[in-house]
Amino acid sequence: MAEIADTHGRVAHAEAHGGYGDHSGAPGFFTRWFLSTNHKDIGTLYIIFAIQAGIIGALLSGLIRLELMDPGVQIFVHGSWLDQISHLGLPGVPEASKHGYYVAVTAHALIMIFFMVMPAMIGGFGNWFVPLMIGAPDMAFPRMNNVSFWLLVASWIMLLVSTMVDGGPGRGFGGGWTLYPPLSTIGHIGPAMDCAILSIHLAGASSILGAINFITTIFNMRAPGMTLHRMPLFVWSILVTVFLLLLSLPVLAGAITMLLTDRNFGTHFFDAAGGGDPTMFQHLFWFFGHPEVYILIIPGFGMISHIVSTFSRKPVFGYLAMAYAMVAIGFLGFIVWAHHMFTVGMPLNLQAYFVAATMVIAVPTGVKVFSWIATMWGGSIEFKTPMLWAIGFIFLFTVGGVTGVVLANAGIDYALHDSYYVVAHFHYVLSLGAVFAIFAGFYYWFEKMWGVRYNEALGAAHFWITFIGVNIVFFPQHFLGLQGMPRRSIDYPQAFYFWNHLSSIGYEITFVGLMTFLVVLVEAAVRRRAARANPWGEGATTLEWTLPSPPPFHQFNELPVIHAESH
Amino acid sequence: MALRPLSNSRLATICGAVFVAMVGMAFASVPLYRAFCQATGFNGAVKRAASVPGPVSARMVTVRFDTNVRGLDWRFAPEQASQTSHPGESKLAFFRATNLGDRPLTGRAVYNVAPQTAGPYFSKLECFCFKNQTIAPGQTVEFPVVYFVDPRYGTDADTRGGGGITLSYTFYPAVTGQRITSSESSTSSSRVSPLGGSRRAGL
Repeated sequence: MAEIADTHGRVAHAEAHGGYGDHSGAPGFFTRWFLSTNHKDIGTLYIIFAIQAGIIGALLSGLIRLELMDPGVQIFVHGSWLDQISHLGLPGVPEASKHGYYVAVTAHALIMIFFMVMPAMIGGFGNWFVPLMIGAPDMAFPRMNNVSFWLLVASWIMLLVSTMVDGGPGRGFGGGWTLYPPLSTIGHIGPAMDCAILSIHLAGASSILGAINFITTIFNMRAPGMTLHRMPLFVWSILVTVFLLLLSLPVLAGAITMLLTDRNFGTHFFDAAGGGDPTMFQHLFWFFGHPEVYILIIPGFGMISHIVSTFSRKPVFGYLAMAYAMVAIGFLGFIVWAHHMFTVGMPLNLQAYFVAATMVIAVPTGVKVFSWIATMWGGSIEFKTPMLWAIGFIFLFTVGGVTGVVLANAGIDYALHDSYYVVAHFHYVLSLGAVFAIFAGFYYWFEKMWGVRYNEALGAAHFWITFIGVNIVFFPQHFLGLQGMPRRSIDYPQAFYFWNHLSSIGYEITFVGLMTFLVVLVEAAVRRRAARANPWGEGATTLEWTLPSPPPFHQFNELPVIHAESH
Repeated sequence: MALRPLSNSRLATICGAVFVAMVGMAFASVPLYRAFCQATGFNGAVKRAASVPGPVSARMVTVRFDTNVRGLDWRFAPEQASQTSHPGESKLAFFRATNLGDRPLTGRAVYNVAPQTAGPYFSKLECFCFKNQTIAPGQTVEFPVVYFVDPRYGTDADTRGGGGITLSYTFYPAVTGQRITSSESSTSSSRVSPLGGSRRAGL
């Protein structure tokens, strides 16, 4: 990136910012990328990591959709093309058996959550733009930042190893990302589950270190005048997210440590034979799991606010309400966990509480959705690629939110629990919500991060193909769930054929969208159109746009001063 | 800023302490959850009581008995399929276990009631559960259980609809200091385990 940074715009800005020399002390390749302590370089590493993990996760979901394209078992069966590939023993390739299907489902979830969305949003955009937006030269603990990234790589390797070793019923762990015992204890006696536990431990350690780093950075390293209430909403969203990480991840770490000792050291935390209780794992898991889904989406909220505001050429509507809505969502996220487990047989009053508390989340979420719409209202809207993704996000997230309110009712949940309706719901908010937010942010900051421009027509094509594709994938799954098709099922009766087949066709369209994304990257890399410091004009008001694109290796040698009116 | 800023290392240390505290919370939840279930009957845990209130209601409640054996070559059955009693009245039920193997085996029973919401109202005065029971080869042992159903069972909105209560016992191999070896657990009942139970887990 440094070599293409030598543009007119950059030189002009470099002078304006106190004469950053070209490269400004960027070290050699190995030191720069493997021993990196620079928040932008680490952010870039995270984003590249997330892209490769996302491609593998998307290919795994392709296996799932291909299998479900027709009734019967075609792919995950002896003698299929997958069978021939899986004999090569490649990492991440499940075996061609019913167990292999469940390994694919499990790995798809774990990869998308821990190795795609979280690294992209928190590690990638968070590292890149939190210091830039608050006017800080770097993160508070640059070396710890490096440790965070490489722990994630180690974790990733452990997860891939897990798919290559014996799980018990077959190769890999196939018990779902929720890791419920007894399937994750006596149901998978092989080392694959132990590898998966270690992988999640490492990913958790990576995230916790990152969280501590962000908290310290945001509290201590804001530029003069950058009060908490003047902080850009993306910084707010990362702040809320890392607090959720800090409070929820240790509980997961504790729960999976108990799984590990139950498996290997003869404890009985979740084993009824020794007086343990498997239901307690569900409580511990979802005490982590529910905040986790907000961890995946809240940074997206922050990004969407910036993008909607930029392309409407208006300040975001209700700034403080937007910030505190995220805080409220984060808080509520900790007190609603049992809505994931209504069917375990809780007393009616407890169910009533969790129903009511869950529905309360619709209030701050509604504040956000209506504020985005109010930001667009009367604005001078420009439908550039990031804005397309942002509006797509608002639409899809709202659809997912509405089905969430449906599922929040315990009475309805009894019928829909573990059905495809749930799958459709959480893919609308996460797969489509979070991923659309990531793509929105990716295009919004494309020039800033890579120092080159993307092709606007290709970016729009990427959006429209993906938007149509994912809706065809997931909307029919509502119908399948309402008709009673259970999730995590390799086969289905003929009655479910039509919508499943349509859903799989939607995957193929989405896959074309993914290829379009790669074309966007290649095209931008080949053409190398010079980036502008601020391609979006007066709507883009945050500090990162005052710097050249890409920003100098070290920025804000002289701290910017933020005044009330500039906010 | 309203708050006096802390140094970076101080702030990071506080965050680290929060992390440690939350891990501690996760582990503390194990005994807390158990104590909570014992105290409230939450999740189908059964209360142990010291005295009986005496029959207070004309209403009748049916208690059914269910027995299971996992990983032991035992036959284990209730001597009565069900009992009907007034809430508050203490009842005596018997269970019978026979060791079908050729070696003495030690088991331990765990219990639960269904529906789980009946847990708070099912109290036991005497029970063989949570104690190791050793049975010689071919020997049959009778276990008594004395229980009563709390009169409030008939008034709670969660339980008053009726349908009765099922008291379920499962005998597992007693957990000794070491893991049960494969020869010990390869009994007729554990050969086909519904969960694919493993030797490693001792099931």
